[in-house]
Formats: sequence, C-alpha cells, structure tokens
Amino acid sequence: MRLSIYLRSLAIFLCLALAWPLATPVYAVQPDEMLEDPVLENRARELSRGLRCVVCQNESIDESNADLARELRLVVRERLVAGDSNEEVLDYLVQRYGEFVLLRPRTDGWNMVLWLSGPALFLIALGIGITYIRSRSNAVAPTEAGLSEDETARLKEILKDS
Amino acid sequence: MVTELGHFALILAFLVAIVQSVVPLVGAHKRWPGWMAVAEPAATVQFLLTAFAFAALTYAFVTSDFSLRLVWLNSHSAKPMIYKISGVWGNHEGSMLLWVLILTLFGAMAAWFGKGLPPTLRARVLAVQSAVAVAFFAFILFTSNPFLRLAVPPFDGQDLNPLLQDPGLAFHPPFLYLGYVGLSICFSFAVAALIEGRVDAAWGRWVRPWTLAAWVFLTIGIALGSWWAYYELGWGGFWFWDPVENASFMPWLLAAALLHSAIVVEKREALKSWTILLAILAFGFSLIGTFIVRSGLLTSVHAFANDPERGVFILMIMVFFTGGALTLFAARAGTMEAKGVFGVASRESALVANNVLLAVSCFVVFVGTLWPVVAEMFFDTKLSVGAPFFNMAFTPFMVVLGLLLPLGSMLSWKRAKTGRALKQLLPGFILSVLVLGLFWTMQTGNSLLGPVGMFLGAWIVSGALLDLTNRLGQSRDLTRLFRLPRADWGKATAHIGLGVTMVGIAGLMAWQEEDIRVAQIGEPFQVGDFELELTAVNQVRGPNYFSTMGDVIVRQDGEQIAFLNPEKRNYPVAQMPTTEAAIDYRFLRDIYVVIGDPQDNGGWVMRTYIKPLANWIWAGSILMALGGILSLTDRRFRVAAGAKRQAPAQGVPAE
Repeated sequence: MRLSIYLRSLAIFLCLALAWPLATPVYAVQPDEMLEDPVLENRARELSRGLRCVVCQNESIDESNADLARELRLVVRERLVAGDSNEEVLDYLVQRYGEFVLLRPRTDGWNMVLWLSGPALFLIALGIGITYIRSRSNAVAPTEAGLSEDETARLKEILKDS
Repeated sequence: MVTELGHFALILAFLVAIVQSVVPLVGAHKRWPGWMAVAEPAATVQFLLTAFAFAALTYAFVTSDFSLRLVWLNSHSAKPMIYKISGVWGNHEGSMLLWVLILTLFGAMAAWFGKGLPPTLRARVLAVQSAVAVAFFAFILFTSNPFLRLAVPPFDGQDLNPLLQDPGLAFHPPFLYLGYVGLSICFSFAVAALIEGRVDAAWGRWVRPWTLAAWVFLTIGIALGSWWAYYELGWGGFWFWDPVENASFMPWLLAAALLHSAIVVEKREALKSWTILLAILAFGFSLIGTFIVRSGLLTSVHAFANDPERGVFILMIMVFFTGGALTLFAARAGTMEAKGVFGVASRESALVANNVLLAVSCFVVFVGTLWPVVAEMFFDTKLSVGAPFFNMAFTPFMVVLGLLLPLGSMLSWKRAKTGRALKQLLPGFILSVLVLGLFWTMQTGNSLLGPVGMFLGAWIVSGALLDLTNRLGQSRDLTRLFRLPRADWGKATAHIGLGVTMVGIAGLMAWQEEDIRVAQIGEPFQVGDFELELTAVNQVRGPNYFSTMGDVIVRQDGEQIAFLNPEKRNYPVAQMPTTEAAIDYRFLRDIYVVIGDPQDNGGWVMRTYIKPLANWIWAGSILMALGGILSLTDRRFRVAAGAKRQAPAQGVPAE
C-alpha cells in the first residue's frame, strides 16, 4: 500500500520533470512587450482587443497566451511606433491574415447584412407588435356568454319580441 | 457487471421510450383510456432505467474502472472524489447521458404532477416528451455510447481536463442541462396543444412553472459558467460572446420572453400563437446549442469531441423536431383566436414590447454566432464575429429594455393610465438621474457606459421597489407587504437582480484598472489606491498537480487588507498548465492578482486588476434566480398547477 503511493508520486514527478520544459505557458501581454509611450501603448491594447489570435479558439491577441498572439502584439506595436494610424495597422494585418483576424467584422459588402439584420428585424417586429396591439385594442370583447355581436343583437331582438 | 447492467438499462429505457411515444398518442387520438394510461407508468419506468444507467456510469468513475474507455479517457485515480463524480459529465458521452437523464426526469415529473391535466393533453405531452427522448437515446446508443469497454484495461487514466477540475465548473453543466432540457417540457406542451388544437388560460398556467424552472436553472448555469471564467481564465473576463456561451444565452433570452408571454396567455388569453411559437423556438435553440457544442461547426473555447457524424445526427434531431413542430404550428396556429382586448397603454402592450426586445436581441446573437459559417459557405470569406460586434449590436436593445421595464411592469392590465404610472415612478426617476449625474462627474474620461449603466440599474431597482410599495395602496401598513402574493415578490426580486447585474457589467467594463509589470520580491508597487508587494514565491504540491504560489500582501493607506496567493498550476498527467488567480472579493471592488513567469534578470511577471462592482454581476444573477424560485412557490402554482378549478368562492368573508 505504502509502496504504491511512493511509486505513484515518483511517476507523477517523472511526468512533471519531462513535461516542464514543454508546458511553461506564456501569458497574455508581457511587460517586455509594452511600449514606453503610454498613449501608444493604450492604442496598442485597444487594437489588440479587437484582433483575433488566429490559431486560438475565439480569443483576442490581448488575452491569448499563444506565441503567435505575442508576435501579433509585437507587430501591432511596431507599426504604431512606425507612425501608422489605427486603420493602417488593421489594414496591414488584414492583408497578411485576412479578415479572419478582425473580431469586429467590417461594415461593407455582405457584412452589411450582419450589421443591419438586427435593426431591420427590430423595425419589423415593432411594426408587427404595434399592429397586433392596435388590433387588440380595436377588437370587441366577447360578451360574458361568449356570443358574437350578431348573436347578441339577435338575442336582444328575441327578448324584445317576447 | 454493473456497467453491463447499466448499458442494458439504457437500451431498455430506449425501448420504453419508443412505446411511450406511440401508444399514448394513438390512445389520445382514438380516445382509448387504456392506451393513454400507458404514458404515466412508462414515463416513470423510463426515468428509473435511465437513472440506473447513469448511476452505473458514476459507479465506474468513482471506482476508477479503467476498463471503461470513457473512464480511462477522462479520469485518474489520484483525482479528488468530487472531480471523479463531475468527470461523469465532463465529457461528450457522459454529458449526453446526463442530458437524457434530465429529459426523462422532466417527463416523469410531468407525469407525477400532471394529474390534473385533461387526459388527452397529458397523454400527448408525455408522448411528445418521450419522442424527444427516443431521438437522444438513439443518439447515445448509436454514436456516443458511454459504456464501451477496453479489451486491455490500462493501469491508470488520462485525467480530466484540469480547467474542468473546479467547483464552479463541476456544477455548471448540470444546471445548464436542467435549463435546456426543462424547455423540452414547454416544447412538449406546445406541440400537444397544437395537436389538441386548443390553447387557453389553463394551458398558460401549466406551462409557466416549467418555463420558470427552466429559466431559473439556465440563469444559475450561465452565472456559474461566467463566474468560473472570471476567476479561472486569468484575466477576469466574465463573458466572451463565445459561440457556446451564445448557445446557452439564446435559450435564456427566449425563455425569459416565454415566461412573460405565458403570463399574457394565462391572464388575458392573448398572444397565444406567439407563445406557442416561442415555446417551440426556445427548445429549438436549446437543440441548436447542443448542435453547436457537439458538432465542432464553430471553433470555441469549449473543447468537446468534435465529430461530424454526431453533428449530422444532432442536426437531424433538430430539423425533425423544430421543423416538425413549426409545420404543425403553421397548420394550426390560425385556429387559436385571441380573446383578451386591451388598450395601447396596458400591461399587455408592455409585455409585447418585452417580447419584441428579447426576441430581437436573441436574433442578433443568433446571426452574429452563425455569420462566420454563412460567410464561409456563401461568400467564401473566413471572418470572425467577436465581442466588439456583440457589444455594439446587442447592448442597445438591453438599454431600451431597461428603460421600459419599470414603466411596463407598473402599467395595469387592459387599460392603463400611463400618466399615473409615471407619477408613481417619479421618485425613482429623480434618484436615477442623480445617480447618473454623480457618476458622470466622478469619473475621469467621457465614457458613457459607466454612468448609463448606473442610471439603468438605479432606475430598474427603484422602479421594482416602488412597484412593491405601490401595491400597498393608500394604507402605509408595511406588514401588508408580506401578505402580497409571492409572485409579486418574485417579480420584484428578479427585476432588481437584472438591475444589479447591469450595474455590475457596466461598472466592471467602464472602470476596470489594470497593471502589468515585473514584480521584484520585496519591492512594493502601487496600483490605483492599493500597494502590493510580492513577498515570496514557493513551490507547492497539490493532490494531482504542482503549483508555483506567490505570496502577495495588499495594503491600503499603509495597512494590510489582504494576503493573496496567486498560483500557476501544472497538471502532469493531463500535461496542462492553469492559472489560479487570487482574488480579494469586496462589495465594491475585487482585487485580482495573477502571477506569471519568472524573468531571467529576477522578478516575476505580475498582473493586477482592480475590478469595480464585479460581484454585482453574479449577485444580480442570484437575485434573478431567487426571484424565479419565489414565483415558483406562489400559491397559484402550488394548488396543483391549476388542476381543478377552485370552487367559486361562496360569500366573501368579511375582512
């Protein structure tokens, strides 16, 4: 019993020793990447938040630990230091990695469908809603016995006759 | 042996489900009581058999039976017991088994508590519920069997993904499934009502508790997931608009809409066909969610087995049930006439607005989630739709919802006087404007997000409180508050919860502070109002991991207010590192500390975040869930869910 515990710890330790060099993670933005100029650094952070780490699963390069994300973060900063505007940096990255890199899809071409579908459906739904409400407010409430208007009228007539 | 019995029980349950999905349906059609009566015991038996199968699988995990393929892939003998158990559903096959277990549980509960339903409706509800179960039993048995054995059992397992070895995440899936699958009952009720061709106030009253329960579970499940992401992923994000998150959020939005529209059906016999449609769509979106998670159609941080064959199977289930129900709806919806008449300014109209906003915001999430697939299929462009899109496209609808909510919830039924409601809300409005002004002047920078969020929160919370006090009428007798129906309390609590969550989200997103640096041991540094000092970094051993643990002292005005231990863990078996942030939770802000790598020239990378109002997000979620539970315990539902019409009160007792 004791022995098996020792063996197991040994096994875990060996695994760890072997795995250690492979598994040291690199965490998101590193201090050595950051720019001296706080204005530029802020712009870099803002841009990074809108850029996808293309090898990751839906993470921005600002959040990602992947090597490629680090590379991209450095590229963004390089371009900013070189004097690019935010738009120019994005264009540069789109040229290299395609639109896939943008977390906020562009507002042109077919993407307009994406951007406008929400507001469009809202207007349609609003229209339907208002029509429905108006039809309900103009409708005639069924009477207690569940008779229609004609039936009520006939009932009255019958009652009058007798 | 137990495993084989479990496998056998699952196959038996499958067969029972087939019988239950056919016989009662025929019976209801032909009005044969004997055939209809099959449904009830069948539902119970089906549940017991599935529960046995699930227990057998759990037993295999608990005893670390590595001759079972699934256990070998997802467990390890050194894993703590709680994660051996949560490992049962921490994988595709096991989680599907949990899914059908809950499906059959809800079916059985509908049988147990539905004694008062008209016999044909009950038979049909149970048959439809069972038909859904048939599809999922087949899915499990034919594509994702959890009971497969290995010919040569290995010595030890491959361990569960360390990210999943966490108390927050251990219970995240069961709650989510209770929510997803809870909506199946609403779906079954909707389809049964379509077959019956009859929807009335009683139907609304039967469906509402199920919707409410499903919504409560979804709320808790989503909140748990987001809380987990907050403390586990290492930078304190709480919502990523990840496809899988969206998959759970869409049913939540629709369930919230259904919850409100069913009130209109129950009280006013209007919005009937829309409510039926919502019930179908809400479960439809649960299926879409399952499909998105299991098919690997969309890349996501949620790593689940991505198998095209399974994807196709679920797609077929989804198309069959949603498509079938919608076809039935198209054929029958016309027969459901609205009865209630109401003015333009009325609670009914407000609830229509609620439904428009919730349904459209759900649609926005839906389009955003699927757009990358659409773009790739039709326009041949690979693109991403991420958080920036959703924040821009989704938020406006929530702002409008928040603005309308206090007013709408105060309007009276049928015909309301908007002026009077506005007058009653005036104190709340003044308070909220003051809050807006206060935060506008206090903050640095010109961000609208923070002050607007605070305004909305104050407006919703004060509106809900005023709504309660208004119920007292002229008498200022506060004890009467406690005699209000629980549903009123539930409504107020849930709405307050929404306000609190909005405050938390806005505060966190607008005023978060961040600091990234190389911290030297023993050299204090300043972040916002706080002074932090890394005093030591130690190597620590856990049950199945090794940890690099930092000792961090946090001081404010020279006094120590917290001692934090941020960790970097390594799980040798799964070969995966994780970060364990250390968080000092406080009412108004969290201090969130993460330790990174050692640097060559000394010191450690440290990230520190000041996260204002972070806890409010989850406190609000808890309040929302609590509100739902309060409503569920309302007398109206407890009285056998409207089973028998109560005898008309004879002679009102003098009060």
